[in-house]
Amino acid sequence: MKVTITVNGTTHQSDVEPRTLLVQYVRESLGLTGTNIGCDTSSCGACSLHLNGESVKSCTVLAVQADGGTVTTIEGLAKDGVMHPMQQAFMENHGLQCGYCTPGMVMAAISLLDENPSPTEEQVRIGLEGNLCRCTGYHNIIKSVLACANNK
Amino acid sequence: MIPAPFDYKRASSAAEAISLVSEYGEDAKFLAGGHSLLPLMKLRLAQPAVLIDIARIEDLSYIRDAGNHIAIGALTRHMDVEKSPILAEHAPLLSFAASHVGDPQVRHRGTIGGSIAHADSASDLPATTLALGATYVVQGPNGTREIAAADFYLGFLESALAPDEMLTEIRVPKMNGATWGFQKFNRRAQDWAIVGVAAWKRGTESGVGLVNMGSVPVLATSVANAIAGGASIGDAAKLAGAEAEPQSDLNASAQYRVHLAEVLVRRALESTSH
Repeated sequence: MKVTITVNGTTHQSDVEPRTLLVQYVRESLGLTGTNIGCDTSSCGACSLHLNGESVKSCTVLAVQADGGTVTTIEGLAKDGVMHPMQQAFMENHGLQCGYCTPGMVMAAISLLDENPSPTEEQVRIGLEGNLCRCTGYHNIIKSVLACANNK
Repeated sequence: MIPAPFDYKRASSAAEAISLVSEYGEDAKFLAGGHSLLPLMKLRLAQPAVLIDIARIEDLSYIRDAGNHIAIGALTRHMDVEKSPILAEHAPLLSFAASHVGDPQVRHRGTIGGSIAHADSASDLPATTLALGATYVVQGPNGTREIAAADFYLGFLESALAPDEMLTEIRVPKMNGATWGFQKFNRRAQDWAIVGVAAWKRGTESGVGLVNMGSVPVLATSVANAIAGGASIGDAAKLAGAEAEPQSDLNASAQYRVHLAEVLVRRALESTSH
């Protein structure tokens, strides 16, 4: 089926099998491998990206469902070589260890602040409940998100 | 994990969706947010030959004050149920329960109608709408009919929906003046409830729904009858397991689930807000 999806500002017209997952589409058709596949069961959040401005788990969305939509992946955040404030906050606060969950964490965190620009620490913890860090590096991830919110 | 191949159809209206499902019969499944169906398809536990995408039917996503009840379009997402000012005022138990479905990413996609039509006893919203005495409106080839939530759940993942019918609206009676509580017991954030309870109380009137206490969501009528008869919350809550037939699994034995239900029903009914 023919789909038109705008990813990181570029509109792509692609012919996809209906069963193609959105994460497969961005990774394999577009080569955007920054979005990771973790559990592949919509539990871990590693595959989080933005669909029409909101965080979703792209392992549980079909590419055909995103037809006509706008997708932002981790690769689309930096502008002219300058990191997104959330990426910068993760770097400054050591919000990553092995880095595998990081793209999903960053995308979920940006969506969280879009919906609640000044969250409490508890709201950040609850707001990131859909993202797992196997290194258990949550402390600094929460710190990074709060730092980003405070810098705005 | 990739689903088995299927044909993909897109409906732009409820009538078109019903016409498509009438054409393909039991080989077809409706796709709304996909957060119950797609995981099953990825595990090959479901292999529909045809998916009918109904998510783009715009006029089925709404939350309206309809006088004595709130009307919610079946395609309204959990996040919109959670954040609705109308529900916050008239049925806060439902918006609070919706805020406990999955996680934010899931709530950005999953819909109230999808959750109810999937009829999973471990899901939060079937039991919550049951507790609230909701009515479901379904549309088929011969028009619409209403099904009381209490008559909807027939068995494990089995509902009163005919294969050619689609859930279109959920009607939730206003619960103004009621105290209410939603208790979800699980080991980790975003997990399914090991046992969950949605309950409200207004004088001697009450409604109690149980999550994951059997193959269907359970309406704990013995508790409500005891409250109506003047029993204390503590005594009424001891009847929480009367209608339930819980399973034992890795998380909890059936006996432990009954114990949890009694404790959680008491806590939910004792809540002054939530």
